[in-house]
Amino acid sequence: MIYIELLLSFIQIGLFSIGGGYAAMPLIEHQAVNVNGWLTMQEFADIITISEMTPGPITINSATFVGIRVAGLPGALVATAGCILPSSIIVTILAFIYYRFKGIDAVSSVLKGLRPAIIAMIATAGLSLMNMALFNGDISNGISITALVIFVIAFIILKKWKTNPIFVMLGAGLMNLIFGLV
Amino acid sequence: MGLSHFLFFNYNQLMKEKLRKYLTLFLSTLEISAFTFGGGFVIIPLMRKKFVFKLKMIDDEEMLDLTAIAQSAPGAIAVNASILVGYKIGGVLGALISILATVIPPFVIISVISHFYIAFRDNRYVSLVMGGMIAGVAAVVADLVISMAWDILKRKRLVEILMLIISFILLEFMNLNIIALIFIAGAVGYADYEISRRWGHDLH
Repeated sequence: MIYIELLLSFIQIGLFSIGGGYAAMPLIEHQAVNVNGWLTMQEFADIITISEMTPGPITINSATFVGIRVAGLPGALVATAGCILPSSIIVTILAFIYYRFKGIDAVSSVLKGLRPAIIAMIATAGLSLMNMALFNGDISNGISITALVIFVIAFIILKKWKTNPIFVMLGAGLMNLIFGLV
Repeated sequence: MGLSHFLFFNYNQLMKEKLRKYLTLFLSTLEISAFTFGGGFVIIPLMRKKFVFKLKMIDDEEMLDLTAIAQSAPGAIAVNASILVGYKIGGVLGALISILATVIPPFVIISVISHFYIAFRDNRYVSLVMGGMIAGVAAVVADLVISMAWDILKRKRLVEILMLIISFILLEFMNLNIIALIFIAGAVGYADYEISRRWGHDLH
């Protein structure tokens, strides 16, 4: 039955994608394109493009997309439920363990050791975002002056007024639209 | 106006406060999820602004711990981070509420778009707005990284500063796997603790 196939495929994707969206992509391709033939390679490329243009994790986006194409809205619900099921269980258990044991010195020392590494991880992810925003994904494309101006203005506004980042993002989108049209 | 009235009143107050907390959690997570563009970890700066600085429901260091857990567990980082924040604020029910709030925006948006996704993908206005938003997101993440790195530098602990620099080099230039880095950094943290415990001083 298609619902069970969707569920099982996306449980596997949810379970084995460790380390974010880039780890999930090959798994989604394997399940949706190669094993089950739910998407063509072109459709898979499209869903990645659309994921970059819309909010939300790529696994949720592709689960919804694949589910709806294969079995309509119920299919989308089943596939999405499948891909969040493993982490819902595992991460809730981890949350329980964290709050139970974080008071122990040895545990908190390990967590303290992780903090600089986590900041470095966010920094590298931030750099690839800047690469995407300012150089259109590759430094050899040259810098986009419009994007740079928007980036600098957004950064100053955030630093100076501690504005809600959502307004800054919306403003940045609007600015680029206006620049693009005039 | 007896004791029972008093108890009932208190119970009502308590329920109201609980409901308000869950509602705040749901609406905040919904709002954040609707704006998590450009990769799941973008949810971290948004959550930090909302839950650490605005609502003051989580402290800053705890948010970093939660990020570490979200990053090392299987599944989408945005969903994992929401589960952890939800659990902190409202236990297992809180976790369920925030999972729901995280999934609803992308689910609804993709369900709608899937019917005309080619037109959406090729639309000039859409791609202009999205291009600008990515530049905005990059600024949000840069702001977060600078403020967090500054916190580390301010503390002037050699181990932490070195770990920040080395981790960055390993990830950016050596393509080290994130899980491997988490193990290494955890081990360094533990060694640092053992050394200062046994010899009674910090590594400065």
